Amino acid sequence: MSRDGSLLLEFTGINTYYGDLHALKDVNYTIGRGEIVSLLGGNACGKSTTMKTIMGVVIPATGTVIFDGKPIEKLPTSERVRRGIAPVLEARRLFPRMTVYENLEMGAYTQPKGPQFNEDLERVYELFPRVKERRNQLSGTLSGGEQQMVAIGRALMARPRLICMDEPSMGLSPLYVEQVFDIIQTINKQGTTIFMVEQNANMALSIAHRAYVLQTGRVVLSGTAAELRENPSIREAYLGELKVDAAA
Amino acid sequence: MTVFDVYLQQVINGLNLGAMYALLALGFTLVYGILELINFSHFNVFMVGSFVALYTLEAFGLSGQTVILAGLPLVGVLLVTFAVTMTVTGTIGVGIERFLLRRLRAVKGPAAMITTIGVSYILFNIVLLTVGADTHNFANPLPTVTWAIGGASLRLRDVLIWIVSAVLMIALTYFVQYTKIGKAMRATAQDPEAARMMGVEVDRVIMTAFFLGSALAGAGGLIFGLYYNFTSFLIGFTAGLRAFTAAVLGGIGNVPGAMLGGLLIGLVETIGSQIIGASWADVIIFAILVLVLVFRPAGLLGRIAPNKS
Ligand SMILES: Nc1ncnc2c1ncn2[C@@H]1O[C@H](COP(=O)(O)OP(=O)(O)OP(=O)(O)O)[C@@H](O)[C@H]1O
Ligand SMILES: [Mg+2]
Repeated sequence: MSRDGSLLLEFTGINTYYGDLHALKDVNYTIGRGEIVSLLGGNACGKSTTMKTIMGVVIPATGTVIFDGKPIEKLPTSERVRRGIAPVLEARRLFPRMTVYENLEMGAYTQPKGPQFNEDLERVYELFPRVKERRNQLSGTLSGGEQQMVAIGRALMARPRLICMDEPSMGLSPLYVEQVFDIIQTINKQGTTIFMVEQNANMALSIAHRAYVLQTGRVVLSGTAAELRENPSIREAYLGELKVDAAA
Repeated sequence: MTVFDVYLQQVINGLNLGAMYALLALGFTLVYGILELINFSHFNVFMVGSFVALYTLEAFGLSGQTVILAGLPLVGVLLVTFAVTMTVTGTIGVGIERFLLRRLRAVKGPAAMITTIGVSYILFNIVLLTVGADTHNFANPLPTVTWAIGGASLRLRDVLIWIVSAVLMIALTYFVQYTKIGKAMRATAQDPEAARMMGVEVDRVIMTAFFLGSALAGAGGLIFGLYYNFTSFLIGFTAGLRAFTAAVLGGIGNVPGAMLGGLLIGLVETIGSQIIGASWADVIIFAILVLVLVFRPAGLLGRIAPNKS
């Protein structure tokens, strides 16, 4: 699979509410097959809500979500996973009292058990030798970085075409952050489309093809990663550059 | 009987009651583990189970102590009776979840718990109004085989209750530990939203928990009848409350905890009654519960801070 310009996900005219709180305001995203698309934005602007709306655990009041040419906004979450959307959740959210292996099995919940499962497991173990070492350990006892590897491995076990990652670098040491972003690129090169929420805009824009910027529930900017890296307001707000620095 | 024999006998009795409480406690724990709901209808699903068992045995022509079976017919009748009782109570449990509790799942506060209390009283009154307030003699088709262990006697009935309970508890443990839906149950108990995003159909998981818990309550109802040789519309509250206590004692939401708690409560009941007197059973049971909870609020095998989000 490569980036051929055809769309894998179209998220159109979405309005999502939590009671009176208007969390997503007429939001549109498109994600092409084979892309890494990043979603940037400050705290509480609706990034996780976007991910949950794609997964179907939050139901939008209006709008359509089209995956692989078919509307999915009325489908239950399990069916969306079956069709090829898998999450890497914010703060990892492994099942802490299940072993690493059992967590990977849960990732493959919609898949048949058999030779295919073993292949997928081998692939995950190859990407993350550390996960293989720890396979019989309770996942709640892993370090944060190890947990993130299991979380990504768990998503891969669903044989996804699209992985929705919610802040995969959150709370990780710089070394692990590098590793996680490398792995994301590897997975993408192997053919999986990535939609990735990040607060670490620097890293995110270094691997993403395109990005959207969300502000209090509204998309305020979008473009290729290169364009956004050059955008002065992005540099100021998300890339940690201060005007003083620029002047000096 | 020496003093030792007397206590040995109480241990044998206590293990019978303990097995019954353990089966009942599992139903509380399975549902609580997933929904954080205390399901009070469980008390009287158990009571209904003992009547389903009574009538199933009657359908085989067995009532009171008149017919004694042995060998294959005995095994066959017992297997069918357990199967029918467990299927009926399991189905009642699923019905309660599907038609009443599911609608309340998104509602915060005590509505769902109050509903289970309401259902409990409805079942209680349905049985009272249909079969009446009399105590019903329970069929006892078991031959009176007894082994002497010192001065204490071990009856065939005791061994049967232990074997059946052990098989059911091992089967449940296997189910929760190794089957796909069992793993989904554990995952859902630990993080329902994450489980859902793995593709778990949470409704099915909850239904399974209700079926299994209620089926085990049915088995408990049959064991009650075999042990006490009677049943009545009243049995749900005492046994149910003790089993609920067992679940809390072991650590509610924890499967091995429910089994351990059940056995302990059974033993405390018989041995405590021997020491202080049977009318003190509840005082002893609940005093131990209070003591354990003061020092270990999460129960014997429970976790202090449940890892939930
Ligand atoms: N279940 C919920 N009920 C009510 N309000 C919610 C719920 N989930 C999120 N919100 C609110 O919706 C808004 C957007 O939340 P969301 O989690 O999508 O933000 P986010 O961009 O992911 O933030 P963060 O960077 O902190 O993860 C916030 O104001 C949040 O408080
Ligand atoms: Mg978030």
